[in-house]
This record gives sequence, C-alpha cells and structure tokens, in this order.
Amino acid sequence: MSAAQELHNQVMWNRLVSVVEEQAITLVRTAFSTSVREAGDLSAGVFDRKGRMVAQAVTGTPGHVNTMAAAVGHFIDDIGPERIYPGDVYITNDPWKGTGHLHDITVTTPVFRDPADDGSLIGFFSSTAHVVDVGGRGYGPEAREVYEEGIRIPILKWVERGDLNDDLATMVRWNVREADQVIGDIHGLAACNETGRRRLLSMLDEFDIPDLDDLATFVFERTTAATMAALASVPTGTYSNTMTVDGYGDPVQLACEITVTDKGMHADFTGTSPLSRQGINVPLGYAEAYFTYAMLVALAPELPNNFASLAPFTVSAPPGVILNAQHPDPVAVRHVIGHFVTDLALGAIAEALPDVVPAEGAGALWNFQASARQASASNPRPPVELLMFNSGGSGARPALDGLTATAFPSGVRTMSAEATEQIGPIIIWRKEIRANSGGAGRQRGGMGQILEVSPTGGYQFEFSAMFDRVANPARGRYGGEDGATGRVYLDDGTPFPTKGVATVPAGRRLVMELPGGGGFGDPSKRDPAATENDRRQGYTS
Amino acid sequence: MGLRIGADVGGTFTDIVIELANGDYSSIKVLTTQTAPEVGILDGLGRIADQEGVSLADVEQIIHGTTLATNALIERRGAKTALVTTDGFRDVIETRTESRFEQYDLNIVLPAPLIQRADRHVVCERLNARGEELVPFDEIGARALIERIGEENYASVAVGFIHSYVNPVNEQRFRDLLLAEIPGIACSISSEVSPQMREFERFNTVCANAYVQPLMASYLVRLRDELAARGATCPLYLIHSGGGLMSVESAAACPVRLVESGPAGGAIFAADLAKRYGRDRVLSYDMGGTTAKIALIEDYTPATAKTFEIDRTARFKKGSGMPISIPVIEMIEIGAGGGSIASVDSLGQIRIGPHSAGSEPGPAAYGLGGQDATVTDANVELGRLHPDTFGAKDIDLSPALAAEALVRSVGDRLGLSAGDAARGVAEVVDENMTNAARVHAVENGKDLSGYSMIAFGGGGPLHASRLLDKLGLDELIVPPDAGVGSAVGFLRAPFAYEAVRSFYTTTTDFDVDGANRVLAELTDEAVAFVREGTDAEVVVERQVAMRYKGQGWEIPVRLGDAGSNGHVFDEMAAELLAAEFTKAYEEFFGRAIDHLAIEAVSWSVKVASVVAPPPAVELVAAGEPVATTIDSLPMFDPVTRGNADAVRVERTTMAPGSQIDGPAVIVESQTTTILASHHRAVMQTDGTLLVRRENA
Repeated sequence: MSAAQELHNQVMWNRLVSVVEEQAITLVRTAFSTSVREAGDLSAGVFDRKGRMVAQAVTGTPGHVNTMAAAVGHFIDDIGPERIYPGDVYITNDPWKGTGHLHDITVTTPVFRDPADDGSLIGFFSSTAHVVDVGGRGYGPEAREVYEEGIRIPILKWVERGDLNDDLATMVRWNVREADQVIGDIHGLAACNETGRRRLLSMLDEFDIPDLDDLATFVFERTTAATMAALASVPTGTYSNTMTVDGYGDPVQLACEITVTDKGMHADFTGTSPLSRQGINVPLGYAEAYFTYAMLVALAPELPNNFASLAPFTVSAPPGVILNAQHPDPVAVRHVIGHFVTDLALGAIAEALPDVVPAEGAGALWNFQASARQASASNPRPPVELLMFNSGGSGARPALDGLTATAFPSGVRTMSAEATEQIGPIIIWRKEIRANSGGAGRQRGGMGQILEVSPTGGYQFEFSAMFDRVANPARGRYGGEDGATGRVYLDDGTPFPTKGVATVPAGRRLVMELPGGGGFGDPSKRDPAATENDRRQGYTS
Repeated sequence: MGLRIGADVGGTFTDIVIELANGDYSSIKVLTTQTAPEVGILDGLGRIADQEGVSLADVEQIIHGTTLATNALIERRGAKTALVTTDGFRDVIETRTESRFEQYDLNIVLPAPLIQRADRHVVCERLNARGEELVPFDEIGARALIERIGEENYASVAVGFIHSYVNPVNEQRFRDLLLAEIPGIACSISSEVSPQMREFERFNTVCANAYVQPLMASYLVRLRDELAARGATCPLYLIHSGGGLMSVESAAACPVRLVESGPAGGAIFAADLAKRYGRDRVLSYDMGGTTAKIALIEDYTPATAKTFEIDRTARFKKGSGMPISIPVIEMIEIGAGGGSIASVDSLGQIRIGPHSAGSEPGPAAYGLGGQDATVTDANVELGRLHPDTFGAKDIDLSPALAAEALVRSVGDRLGLSAGDAARGVAEVVDENMTNAARVHAVENGKDLSGYSMIAFGGGGPLHASRLLDKLGLDELIVPPDAGVGSAVGFLRAPFAYEAVRSFYTTTTDFDVDGANRVLAELTDEAVAFVREGTDAEVVVERQVAMRYKGQGWEIPVRLGDAGSNGHVFDEMAAELLAAEFTKAYEEFFGRAIDHLAIEAVSWSVKVASVVAPPPAVELVAAGEPVATTIDSLPMFDPVTRGNADAVRVERTTMAPGSQIDGPAVIVESQTTTILASHHRAVMQTDGTLLVRRENA
C-alpha cells in the first residue's frame, strides 16, 4: 500500500469513528431514559455487509461492547439476507440476541449505496438504548422467568421500505408503561441510525469509494496487528481467580480460568455458582462483554472496538451457572453480577501484569431506585418513580490511589441532588465521602460515600434493594487491605435488608454507607506525605 | 465617535487595537507579561499611541479582555479560599459526577477540587426544593465557623448552600455575619454568582469566583490607576464570557464572568462580519497557537450556553475539566493549533495534540530548539508557509528543521518521507477540526449545509480552505485583521448582561405568578447591570429552557412576546409555552412527541444596548485577476493529492475586485490564506477575502 493510500485510509477510519459518535450523540439528546442520559447506557456502531462491526462509539457501558458487535449477525440471519430492503428498520430486545435484558432495545438499519437498487447493500447501522419500561413486573429482580419481565420483541421489521409496521408498534404500545416515551425512544434509535446512514453515504461520495469493503479490510488488518502486539505482553499460560460476592440470598462464587495463547484469550467460568432464582442471572454475551472490557483496559486501552479487536477474546461456561443464563431464566438486573466480571478477570491476570491491574473495587452500583407512594390511602396520588446512581470506591492502582465514589467498570454519572429533589418527594440529607472506607495500602483504595435520604411529607419509599459488597469486601492486592464493606440501615438504627423488597416509612431516613475499594501494596510503604494528607483532609481518622 | 481601544491579553501575546476617528484600525502585538499583565497593555498602548500620534487623553473608551482569571484557575494561583456549604454536602466539588471521563484508562486522574477538603466547612441549615426551611440556619455554629475562618487567615470565602438558587436568604445571612466579623474579607455567594440548579456546577462556580476574586480585583484597580496616571480619562470596561461589556466594579465582584472573554471577542468579531455580509448562518473558526475554537452564529448572534468547562485536562475531553455555570458564548475548543505536536499511536495512526510546543520552544521550524513536529512544521514542509513571507519578523523559519522533525516524529515510525508525513499531519488536523465542527453542530441540533465559514486567528486562514471542502460548505470569509480578531470584536460588543435562574414549573401545572416574578427580577437585575455602563436604548431577550418530562436535556425557547401584555404571563401562558416548545422541539429533533408533560427548568433574561448595525458591504462579485504576484511555487494540493504550482500574492497588493484562483498562497503580516485548486478569492471593498468553492 502506498504511503498516500495508507494515510488516506487512516483519515477515512477516523471519519468513520466520528460518524458513529454523531450517531450516539443524536441518540443521547433525544432519549427519555435516565440511564441512557446519565449512565451512557447506549451504544452505536457501523457494520459491513457481512455484519462485522467496523466502528463503535465509546459510550458509558462496557456491557454493550461484544453484545452490540454480535447483534447485527443475528439480524441478518433472522430477517434473511433476501428480505433486506432499502428503507427497512429492524428491532429486537431479545436478551440473548441483543444486550442481555429486555430493557435494552436494539434497532438496526441497512445501508444501500443506491436506495433504488435492492442489490446495493453496503452495511448496517445499529444502536441500542435502555428504555424506560418494557411492561411485565417492572424493573427488578423479582421475576422467576423472563416472561414476567416484560414484552419480548423478536427480531422483526419495525419499518419495511419506509412503511412503519403499525401492528408491531401498537403491540409494543399496549404492552409497556410510559408508552409515549418508549415509542419515542424507538423512533430515536431509528433516527440516529438514519443520521449515521446519511453521513456514511456522503462520506463515501466525498472520498469517492463504492462501498465499505476495502476500508473494513484495512481497519481489521490494522486492528488485528495491534491487538496481537498487545496480547504478546501476557505470557501464554493459564490464569485463574475466584471472587465471592453477596448475591441474592446465597453468596455467589464467581470463578474464571483465562487461557492465553498466541491467538487470543479465552475465559472459562466453570466453578461459578449456579443460577439464582432472581433476575440477577447473566446471559453469557454480557459476561463476555465485561471480560473483554477488562482485557482491553489492561492491555490495549487505545484500541478502538471493532470486529477485529474483539475477535481474540472468547468465553465459555457450563450450562446452569449464573454467568450463562438461558431462556427463560430471569435476567432483568444482570448488571448486579455482571459488573463483577471485570474485577474477576483482572484479578486472574494480575500476576502477569502486576504493574497494571488494580485492587478490587466496589464493583456493582448502589442504585437507589424507589417508588414513592402516599403512606395513607386517604389522598391517593400516583406513585413517583425515583432513580439515583451512586458509586462506591474503586480499587487502588499500582501507582495511584483508587477513585473515590466513582463507578468502575460502569461509566455512570450521578444525578444532582437538587435536580432529584425537584422531581420527586425525596430529601437527600447527606451525600459525602465516607472516611476510613478506602482499603489501606501503599496506594489507598477509593473511598465510598454516605448517603442519607428520606421521603417527604406523607410519602414512603418502596423499593427493591440490590446492594452488594455488604458481606464480601473488595479485596486488597499485594498486601493492601480490603475496602470497607457497605452498610444499610434506618436512622433509628433498624437494620435494612440489602436485597429484596423493603419499605422506608414516612418520617424515617435511610442511611447507605457505600463500600470502599481495596488497597494496593503494603500500607507501611505509603508515602508519609500521602498518609499525612489523608489525615488532614479527613479521609482517615 | 472618538478613539476606542481594544486590549486582549492572551497567554502569549497582548493584542492592542485602536479604532481611529475615521473608522480605520491600527493594531500591535506585544508579549504578555505573565506576572503583571498591565505592563504589556500599558507598553502596547504607549507604542500604538505614539505610532498613531494620539494621546491617551483622546481615547473615549478602553475595552479589555483577559485570560488572567482563566490562567489563575488553571495554574491554581488564587487566594487561600474556604468553601462554606450545607451540612451533608461538603464533598460535592470533589466527588463531581462520580464518573470517569475516559472509559478505557485504568490510570485516569480526576481533576482535583479547586478547594481541598480541609478548607471546606459546613453549616447546619437546609431548604427544600421550593426554598422552604427544613433545618433552621444555625447561627451559633456559623459564628464559630467565622471565628475559625479568621484564625486560619482565609483571604476569600465561597458560600454555596443547597437550593439557594430558589431562596438566597441563608447565604446572605452567612455573608452578613462574616462581613460584620471580618470586614473587608472577600466573599462570594452562589445565589449571586450563579443562581442555577445543580449543586456541583454552582458550587464550583462560586468557588472559582472566590478563588480569583482578590487577585482580579487588585489587578483591575491597578490597571485603572495606571491608565489614569498616564492621562487616560475614559472609562475602562471589561468584556465578559457572554460577549458583552461590564464595568470594572462588576468585574471585580464577579471575575468568573471574565473567563473565556478573549474567545468571546472572536465570536463577536465574526458575528459583526456576518452582519456586514448579510450571512445569517455562519461557522466561526478561530485557530491559534494551541487550540482551535469553533462557534455557530445564526442571525448574526453567537449561540450561548449556561454552563461550560475550563481546563479540560485530557485531550479537551468533556468531563475532564472544571464546570463553570455562567452565560457564555458557546464554542467547542480542541487541541489543534499551529504548535500542536504530532505523534504516532500504537495503531500506527497519526495523532495531533493535545500537547503544544507553545511559543517556547515552538515548532521545530522556528529554530528555537523545538524537536517535535508540529502542525506549523507540516505547513512549512507543504509550501504553505515560507521563510521570506512569514509574519513574525524575528523568527527565521527553517524548512530543513521542519522536515527533520517530521521525519523524526512521524516519518520514521511509519516509513514516510517528510512530505508524506506533512501531508498526513495536515490531513489529520484538518479532519479533527472538521469532526469537532460536525459534532458541535449535531449537539446543537444544527445541520451545517448552507453555512458560510469565517476564518481568523493566526492559523484559521491556513486551514480553512480544506475545512470548507471537508464540511461541504461553499463560502469562506477571511477578514482583514484576522490575527487580532478578538480585540477588534471587543469594540463591537454591546453592554450586555444575561441573568439566569433556575425555576421549575410544568405546563400542566403552570405557576403563572412565579414565572412573572422570576422574569421581572431577572429583568431588573440585567437592566441595572447594563445601566452601570450606558444609558443607551436596550433590547430585552427572554428565554426559558424546557424539556419533556423525563428528559435530561433542555432546549431553549425564546419567549418573544409569548404571554406578553406588558410582558406578563396570564392563564394562557402554559398553552402558549407548550406550543412554542413543541415548535422548537420539532426544529431541533425533527419530530415532536404527543401527550407528554413539558417542564420549564431555567429562565434567562438578556439585556443589551443597541449597537448601531455595521454598514452592509456591497459585494464585489466578478473581478480582475490579481495584477502583482510574488512568484509561483510548488504546494501540495489536497484536492488533486499532488503538488501543483501555487501563485503567491501579497495581500496588501490586492485591490477591491482583485481575483485569485487556487491553488494560491495569499500572505500578510498576521496570517496566510491558502486556496485549494477549485477555490476562487475576490477581494472586497473592506479588505475581506471572499472565497467561493467553484465546481470542482
């Protein structure tokens, strides 16, 4: 390849990444769902005509990394290549063909070079967003089967040759709460794909190329070479780790064995606890996403996600374990366990990468998701749904302290307390750093936070608690101490369940002490100035 | 009109522009004195006054913009400052958004809070979202804290209480107690500095204000005194981040409003030019030594925002900086300037910036010891910048050093010649700026087709021709004085002030009285502010930020005369607002959504003095080919992707109607304009180059 052509291809690759970023921004701007907006719980990508992902926007959720990449292949298979027409838009929320639970709706749009020519398919745009509601029991772990979790939309045509599938739209509308917002979000997904489609076509015109094929080949070749170079920094062999987390009722053991060859890395989850009766079970594709994310952040953080960067990372698990949920297992809140897969996998390869891998962190988010209802039936007003994302501390890094009250591996942002209080009957009394919660170490674990909330006059909170790392702390590494475990109680001292449905009565405050991250290295080796500063700032006492 | 002076103090240069009585300009660039910026201004003023044979006593107005406040924040050179906040919220400015701005970096470092935890103190008090008392203000605790503030010798105090944007009473109470006990201590309260909902942004803004206030107040007073001592009798005004003028007193009390004032001047400069040329949709493109700034200007008015970030630490990435909630001219800034350094990443891709070689050591071609290849070096290698016509007279541009650096930084890694490396660097930086412009447009719900581009700053005209092609635009406007555009813009700014406040209501349960009260108070505040500077006629613009219930983004809805009856809402207001919002939403997103409740979140009133519209420029369409050329040299042409002979012309030798077809290089002292092969420039009567893309 000539130098000029090489540069030209780089520029086009760059542009393609910018196209999917535009696609993602378009989606964020119109989304109704808080988790899309605040947690970046969305993804967007462009695919070649064979369904291989060429570029993906960087968004807040690693959970869509592999699941998104695999989705378009399912669309091609289920729609049938001969039924893919210009002007079509496809949809699904199947947890096993999309991104792991019914709340994520994936929309895929084929791109034709010439809209009048059915034979000119050049690729696809696909996007996923977490919608406000999918019917069923509502968002939570209480369902016993996926049937109870909401409407399951198989891969179908939402639009065919420009005509909306009214029957399907009506079917969805009648089966979800907040139908306007959900239908609005589906249109938003289709619209962002359309933005991508138009940008791609004008890009092909500008660069005067007929299709994506040569560019995709270039992207995959360059990425494969860089991925293999990065993989070479881990000696071939087998690495394993186990981690126990609280789970739902019974503790859950997560186990993985990572086999590194000169071709790639494979994680097997044999030894992991069996499925839960609750919807914290994880479809394997979602576990794969958090495994792949762990390997990429450790080995090749600069690599953009595409078919070739993900291909070397594979997973397996025996049937019946919590990381390999099968239809019709309940999976609604699969992130509660799924987020721990990253620390699990990083822990396995820590011995090979001692200067890279951090200590364990709080892992799963401590979301406060409640329904505020009138405490007495005399003046019934409709319940108000409340959602706050809250994060504990992350694990200390080999050369840096852990991050305080900051999500990892999830990318969520918290919401403003003032904005939350404007929306619902809640007072947030306290949201501040939890001193002494970061695991001691040469590098200290990130601190958790303390949150105190109460319902305002006449309301009570009903919610599904899903708080982990209460019984099992984030472990330190190389002599670093464990992070503090979490605690949940009412302000009168009543212990509060950390899993399951519970009520915060009117007039009471719920206190949540979020877990801290583990420390890294021998605490006695900590820089005395850092120790002194911890004391001075009140991080430790 | 008498003489007016604009003075823009930047990180490297201080630009002084004098507008003479006949409307002509003269300008001078002097080095900024970092430790005492007034020295550079006074030096420049003296020199330009001598040059033009005028005295400071003849000057009618001096308008000043400065990066001093920004730099003090970035370099953490402010006063010893305490934050006093509501019990339970001590760590808001440290825990930020609880997220990582870089999803794939295990070693991410989050920005440190401006005020460390040991200097953050709490008072027991609490209001609810309606401003009603939940916990009474603890006066005894407050007095004890004030005693401690005295003992620990804080120079400045920031006060930020929860929901103070609804009800400022407790913040005011604390300030009264503080000033009674420690007279003269600097004190900023969040309900005055930034009465907007969202505690992280508001607290951070009041901290920033308190942190730089002692420094800025003393600087402004020094400057004013020095000017008076040198015979200036005219008022001194400051340009603020929203692009309007403010008095020295206002600036000294609320210096955070000075942040980003230089770039705001640039956007006003472009808006003024847009008006002269009757271009109602304009992309303003300002490229300097370290960054490029892109702003959208519609109907001759730059887009504004209510919050922005300064000091983005990681590749100018969103979320990596310090949020400041004040009205600001909205722009996107990326690390793409002449000094931006080129490198090669693990994928073998060329990357530009965010590091910059700055002015020291500068690009390798400057011969001042710079080893890294920069964008400027690529422009030298590609024949776009020449030693004999380079603007900075004291710099001896070396093509050989540029070529060496390009090979060292890029070529060796990728097996490229200096020429190919330069082509790659230029193409990547142009692509970066193009992508930033597109993303900025998408985020603002705009489609760039049909926009004209106005390019200025030292680097803008060098790259604009390529950006024009990449963005698919047809027209480029390169004004004279491109290198000192911001300072010229200062002279075009109105006295203006935008007052913003959060006030929540919905169209289904609309609080008519509340909305009227907020709008009246905001109008009074903004008018009073403007009246400090002028008695001229003013225009009042009212806006409300609205969204569908459940959304997180608001879109601005101009109130116009909605609900007007002496500008007072009546019971019809909710319906009117809902209709206006629906219309705006459709414009933004293409499709409104039925049945959903609509929320109004924040309200703003902008009051601005009426600035006489600039004279319209009569276009000179077809012209005579330029008469005098310097020579013709080979230059890389990105359209044909090969070298082509480019004619070189001195801009000063062009007369109105002079026409040049690309490829061409038009040189002048402050910048160089490049034309690609199918671009044609025609010199206009005001010295502007109007470039059109002819059919390629």
